[in-house]
Amino acid sequence: MAEVKLFRTWSSPFALRIVWALEVKGIEYEMIYEDLSNKSSMLLQYNPVYKKVPVLLHKGKPISESFVILEYIEETWKSKTPSLLPEDPYQRAMARFWAKFGDDKISPLIWEAFIKQGKDQEEALVAAHENLKYLEVELRGKKFLGGDAVGFADLAFGWLANLVSVFEEVTGVTLIDHEKFPLLLTWMQNFMDAPKIRDTWPPRDKLITKFRDLRETLMAKEPK
Amino acid sequence: MGKSDIKLIGSWASAFTTRVRIAFNIKNVEYEHLEEVLGKKSDLLLQSNPVHKKFPVLLHDGKPLPESLIIVQYIDEVWSSGPSILPADPLDRALERFWAAYVDEKFFPSLKLVRVTQGEQLAAAVEAVGKSFEVMDGAFHQCSKGNAFFGGERVGYLDIAFGCTLAWLRALEKIVGVKLFDEVKHPALAKWMDSFCSDPAVEGLIPETDRFIEFLKLLPGAPPRH
Repeated sequence: MAEVKLFRTWSSPFALRIVWALEVKGIEYEMIYEDLSNKSSMLLQYNPVYKKVPVLLHKGKPISESFVILEYIEETWKSKTPSLLPEDPYQRAMARFWAKFGDDKISPLIWEAFIKQGKDQEEALVAAHENLKYLEVELRGKKFLGGDAVGFADLAFGWLANLVSVFEEVTGVTLIDHEKFPLLLTWMQNFMDAPKIRDTWPPRDKLITKFRDLRETLMAKEPK
Repeated sequence: MGKSDIKLIGSWASAFTTRVRIAFNIKNVEYEHLEEVLGKKSDLLLQSNPVHKKFPVLLHDGKPLPESLIIVQYIDEVWSSGPSILPADPLDRALERFWAAYVDEKFFPSLKLVRVTQGEQLAAAVEAVGKSFEVMDGAFHQCSKGNAFFGGERVGYLDIAFGCTLAWLRALEKIVGVKLFDEVKHPALAKWMDSFCSDPAVEGLIPETDRFIEFLKLLPGAPPRH
């Protein structure tokens, strides 16, 4: 019986963060795929508060919320390199800051830009770009947000690396352009191709179908 | 290292600022408190936190750090020789972090909703807060392991995260004239509230209820109350 189990779905970007952390650190684990329309009794038992993935099960104890799980992995498998967080307390704090910024600001704004059209979409994009500017600056002189190697903040933003191009294909709109965000685009490519990470991406065609269907459903609900 | 190397931009009325002040008290670290004026963000704040333009922001040797819970963890890591704020065991740390995130994502927003609703929406908001307290009650039993605090024998990370919302709780109960917390249903939490507020690291930092009610009146969005 595996000591470490990860409850995930095939596409959840939050669960992917944990896949990446475990892969990058070379921790053995068993993947358990959930169907969120038919949640297992195990998932409901292990994450009664949110009933979501990811959930990490370590020696029978469940941990939920992706950033909480990442910190747990980092602290539990201290000897497994690479470290996801730097040694210096201020750098550690800034890594946490950027990760939280991603979920608080970037994620909702990119999502808005994805599900809206016309003027609403334009406005969402402007707001998204305003905030992505900070990431672009943060990437100066660095291959990854974590420095030379993938770190906590990179895992937090990793979803950009594959989902932005899926969203762009579905909407027909460029969300992150090369002129404004050359470093970010380079980062996205580097993250996409990083060892241990490049084999984890969900099938692109399946993602296109999923998000195309989701966008159509959401747009149909919009008041005219 | 002098007091002037450590500055905290914040406000007496801000639960998030209070979290940081309690953390500094636990570590017995002196700092300079820079009080922000409601409705007028200082240049220092805007420079120090251009991304969110919010406080608290810690300036340690000139290096800015926003986000209350991130600052609290930073304080715990930098002043590691003082009493610990987060527990030692990774699983216990994960639990406290999980519940602190729940406070910020679910509990506190549901509490704040009470301020700006009335009628049916207020009733729904009150019910949501009640449910949230049931959840936190479970969290208390899970984390405290029979001790006085979420953190065990001493005030810790989750005590700080959750406890700083108490001024809102007490003020809102008075403002809307509805009990939001049932101490009969949750005696352990009720006892915890007293223990937290009277703890030396916390004493005097949770805004006094009537003063906080006056402050809340200055915030927009509240319906007229009779």
